[in-house]
Amino acid sequence: MSVSNSADQNVKLPMYLDHAATTPCDPRVVDAMLPYFTEMFGNPGSRNHSFGWDSEAAVTNARQQVADLIGADSKEIIFTSGSTESNNLAIKGAANMYAKKPAGQSSRGHIISVIHEHKAVLDPCKRLEKEGFDVTLIDPKSDGTVTREMIEAVLRDDTILVTVMWANNEIGTFNEIPEIGALCHEKGIIFHTDATQWVGKMPTNVKLDNVDLLSLSAHKMYGPKGAGALYVRRRRPRVRIMALQEGGGQERGFRSGTSNVTGIVGLGKACELCAQEMDTERERLLALRNKLEKTVTEALDVTQVNGHPTKRLAHLTNISFGFVEGESLMMALKEIAMSSGSACTSASLEPSYVLKALGVGDDLAHSSLRISMGRWTTEAEIDYAAEKIIEAVNKLRDLSPLFDMHNEGIDISKIEWAAH
Amino acid sequence: MAYSNKVIEHYEKPRNVGTFGTQKEIKERTDIGVGLVGAPECGDVMQLQIKVNDDTGVIEDAKFKCFGCGSAIASSSLATEWLKGKTLDEGFDIKNTEIVEELSLPPVKIHCSVLAEDAIKSAIQDYKQKHS
Repeated sequence: MSVSNSADQNVKLPMYLDHAATTPCDPRVVDAMLPYFTEMFGNPGSRNHSFGWDSEAAVTNARQQVADLIGADSKEIIFTSGSTESNNLAIKGAANMYAKKPAGQSSRGHIISVIHEHKAVLDPCKRLEKEGFDVTLIDPKSDGTVTREMIEAVLRDDTILVTVMWANNEIGTFNEIPEIGALCHEKGIIFHTDATQWVGKMPTNVKLDNVDLLSLSAHKMYGPKGAGALYVRRRRPRVRIMALQEGGGQERGFRSGTSNVTGIVGLGKACELCAQEMDTERERLLALRNKLEKTVTEALDVTQVNGHPTKRLAHLTNISFGFVEGESLMMALKEIAMSSGSACTSASLEPSYVLKALGVGDDLAHSSLRISMGRWTTEAEIDYAAEKIIEAVNKLRDLSPLFDMHNEGIDISKIEWAAH
Repeated sequence: MAYSNKVIEHYEKPRNVGTFGTQKEIKERTDIGVGLVGAPECGDVMQLQIKVNDDTGVIEDAKFKCFGCGSAIASSSLATEWLKGKTLDEGFDIKNTEIVEELSLPPVKIHCSVLAEDAIKSAIQDYKQKHS
């Protein structure tokens, strides 16, 4: 297999293909933020001078920009430090508000989530379990999706909260959020979604999509790190949550602490840009993603694209390359920034729990690469990346005893391996 | 993961990659010992083959293949270098700690050196078994 070498001259290295981890700030976002560091540095809580008023106006404007992106009312937006905080506030705040019994008792209420959620959802759920709530974590389908029926099957009379991510951060697969939301509304259950990977990339309308609580983060959509928001529905139903952080009563008492004005302005601008550009950007990235997948899977056998073939974010792909270990693959591709589900790339030395949840074998989980493109990714970059990936996989397969066995017709799963 | 230059060097130019034949051929050859350790689900598998002079008991050649991270590849590459020219007894004495030291492996990668030591011992035992 030979791939055109023409791409080499047109790319700048190192190349960034890890936009699901974080994105660079759009220069237009930075421009919007800059005046609020120096000239307009006031505390929006200062009610008696123009410095405070300027900042307050900027925060109000940003609140509207965020609300517009997701079809919310600006009064329904609470600024936070990012999705981890939003998830904690939503899950713990709702559970404690709607608890059936006071703290210190058991059977305080039932919470449903999914095992391939982000840790920023799973760990708050585990905390609540220790505090007397019952938690059910369901398995996604093998294509990574979660449907209304799957949630319906585990509902209980005492279910108070369902939390299901909109799109998964490792495989990009998205779930039946409007349908699950409708189910929750029929049953009078609060519904939260971690939409960190979804918002800014896909059209969102919290009202039509039946979402009660939604977490989003600026740094996944070309905004700054350290800024995010939680949407809290105010009508049909009016959702109430208990604050985690207490103090000056900012954000209508839901989140005390002086507002991160620069971050909030950046988040707002990032939302505005996404609203304008997401449709054309999505189509462009989808074409690049499809080209990348086609090129590498045609050139290499025993590869597998993980997750649902179509219900998946356009900018992201997760591919397992059989007989090759992910960390060594990334080492061979050190000029291209990506992620892997390999154990060796994680602090825990466990392979990706997300791929495991899909029933992807541990061997293929170790062999996975997550490639996520962004606003400035070019076709030349994708051509270059595809060529280098193919080269690296072939090089490592030459080193791989498993690939030899595969070629000799030996079934690797039949060998008695000594796990270590 | 910031690797030492030695790991990167072995990873980029691995020594003695290969086999002395297919799995079936190797089984029948009495001058070859094979160590196959690790497991695909753990993310590393090492295959180490030694070619031994039956008269002198000296390891004349060694080859490896490895499915694993950079330090697993480097550890097995280093093992083949060290084995060549050693007697079976000398080879058996190679310790994982020596590999750790030579490659400056970080604590999370020590298991790669353990795997390499296992592969060495397993290859030598396989050779001896073929001759018992």
